[in-house]
Amino acid sequence: MSPVVHNFLQLDAMPLAAGLLAAVLCGLLGNFLILRKLSLMGDAISHSVLPGLVAAFLITHSRSPGPMFIGAAAAGVVTVGLVELVRKIGRIETGAAMGVVFSLLFALGVLLIEQASIPGVDLDPDCVLYGELSTIFWFPPDTWGGFLSLDTLGRVPRQVVTLLVMAVLATGFVVVLFKELRLAAFDPALATAQGFHAGLMHFLLMLFVAAATVASFEAVGSILVIAMLICPAATARLLTDRLRPQIVVSVAIAAASAVLGYLGANALPAALGRSWSLNSAGGMTVAAGGLFLAAALFGPRHGVVGRWVRRRRLEGTVAMEDVLAALYRRGEGAAGAPTRAEVAALVGQRAARRGVRLAEATGLIQQGERVVLTEVGEVAARDLVRRHRLWESYLVTEAGVAPDHVHDTAERLEHLVVRPEGDSATDPHGRRIPSQADRT
Amino acid sequence: MTVAYHHKPVLWDVDYDAPANALVAIVGPNGAGKSTLIKACLDLVPRASGLVEFWGSPYRRVRGRVGYVPQRESVDWDFPVSALDVVCMGRYHKIGWCRPVSRAHKRAGMECLARVGMLPLADRQISQLSGGQQQRVFLARALAQEADLYFMDEPFAGVDAATERAIVEVLRELKRGGKTVICVHHDLQTVAEYFDHVMLINMRVVAAGPVGEVFTRENLHKTYGGRLTLLAEAAEAVARAGGGGG
Repeated sequence: MSPVVHNFLQLDAMPLAAGLLAAVLCGLLGNFLILRKLSLMGDAISHSVLPGLVAAFLITHSRSPGPMFIGAAAAGVVTVGLVELVRKIGRIETGAAMGVVFSLLFALGVLLIEQASIPGVDLDPDCVLYGELSTIFWFPPDTWGGFLSLDTLGRVPRQVVTLLVMAVLATGFVVVLFKELRLAAFDPALATAQGFHAGLMHFLLMLFVAAATVASFEAVGSILVIAMLICPAATARLLTDRLRPQIVVSVAIAAASAVLGYLGANALPAALGRSWSLNSAGGMTVAAGGLFLAAALFGPRHGVVGRWVRRRRLEGTVAMEDVLAALYRRGEGAAGAPTRAEVAALVGQRAARRGVRLAEATGLIQQGERVVLTEVGEVAARDLVRRHRLWESYLVTEAGVAPDHVHDTAERLEHLVVRPEGDSATDPHGRRIPSQADRT
Repeated sequence: MTVAYHHKPVLWDVDYDAPANALVAIVGPNGAGKSTLIKACLDLVPRASGLVEFWGSPYRRVRGRVGYVPQRESVDWDFPVSALDVVCMGRYHKIGWCRPVSRAHKRAGMECLARVGMLPLADRQISQLSGGQQQRVFLARALAQEADLYFMDEPFAGVDAATERAIVEVLRELKRGGKTVICVHHDLQTVAEYFDHVMLINMRVVAAGPVGEVFTRENLHKTYGGRLTLLAEAAEAVARAGGGGG
């Protein structure tokens, strides 16, 4: 084994694994929190575990991980129950109830620590916020064969083992109860009526969120837990509109955030020749936020940029079709082909500018001194006017709209692909509806 | 049966025996407890007193034979599922815990979508459907439950004329198949046309029976006349006194 690999395994492998597992675990469960509009439950739980930790210490007089975990998980479940209770008796929305409960429990934890004057316990705010990823390290075996020995596995840091177990359990939970979780989140009343008690599903989900929060909390800190419960699922939501792909995508995004964040915080400064490195959990959180922003801007369906482009394109099409229809109508009368300025007067300055440019680029019109339809343009324009007048006569005969009110509606409908059936020869204003058989 | 929220009774002494193989409308003003009545029958809200039996059994024994269509606004239509996914939810009771939705169940779901004329939109995400189409999806989901008795909460609320006709057609088809449908209904104009039986409620049962006998001007006046009935006033008084009622 080369020294570089050995070095990586010793210093980076376990923090990276812990961050990755915490991200995937929280990202997976976060999907259901988002669907139930309970995104901040992770925030609430990660704060209110404090009194649970203190209580566990006071009862067992030890800081061993077992009792700590049980105490914290119990506090998490109590939080969920209290939130529900406060929401009901206080008749306030869930967010407000969460705020009441978790600030109160957190403060209670602080007071408990002060009162009990527990020796050797200090509240380190940095540690609570960002965790202790950098303190997790491993003594890897010297040879590849050494990986198979029980001794090596026994040296894997406790946080990583806990997170791995939680991640496996949570994945099993979501896979096995996928259908029930989806139903309970979508329609709790039907779920309960069919015998899948929505309250029970909610409780199980919250139990998992509490356990996942507690398991991740120590290694990666509360900021990353909260970010991973919300960001990957929210990002995936922007990219898909089915729950199964959403969950898969959210887990992939969570993993990508962890790896990108870790590299950004550690490898990037080194590559730039700096001697310091950044906080890994902070890097992962920033990466998760960055991926969300990217999806919000560039997502194919809901992305801001994509929507803007589609709207521009649609505006262009509408402007071009307006120009074509105006030219055709003009040709029906005695007046000859209009000048560029006259087109602008007919359809408006903006529409004329874009419409004429697009129509000319696609060979539908020719522009010299006057703007004239080409042969292809004539066919397209006739079809448009036909659609417009068919809509007008449909609106009058079928929808009962007054003839002098139909023009504006038809003006919008003519741009659609759907068209009313009809064989009437004239529109409500007595103008001929051009037929597709017309020849130029 | 009596139902109370926050110790404030919303339904008093409902005693009703629904006829088999009939279309029944539950009619009454806003806040009369129509939805609550259905939810209380399905154990979705606790009953303060009383007993609901289906063919002589409590609801939990006959879940598979009772279908439910909640109000359309009761769910989040932005939810990331397709129309077919929602319809298949009606079959979860048949599928059972922890099992995935099999191909056979999906095919059954497609057939139900076809019966409400929604087959072409099976793969659409539900937020891309119109209100009427969403209501049809809900109806298809109820059909997928293959129940003998259906509770529907305002299936005609906010739908277009074509959907209303489609729903009525499905209700009649269910009746021909020997089923019973109990609908919360808000349009008094169409009660006589669509339903055989009617139950007029305003916090208590004002009248119930065949439409021809019960759906009278006098009963309607009793149901809708005067915003505050004596019972509502009593409920207010109980609530003011500190909530001992229910």
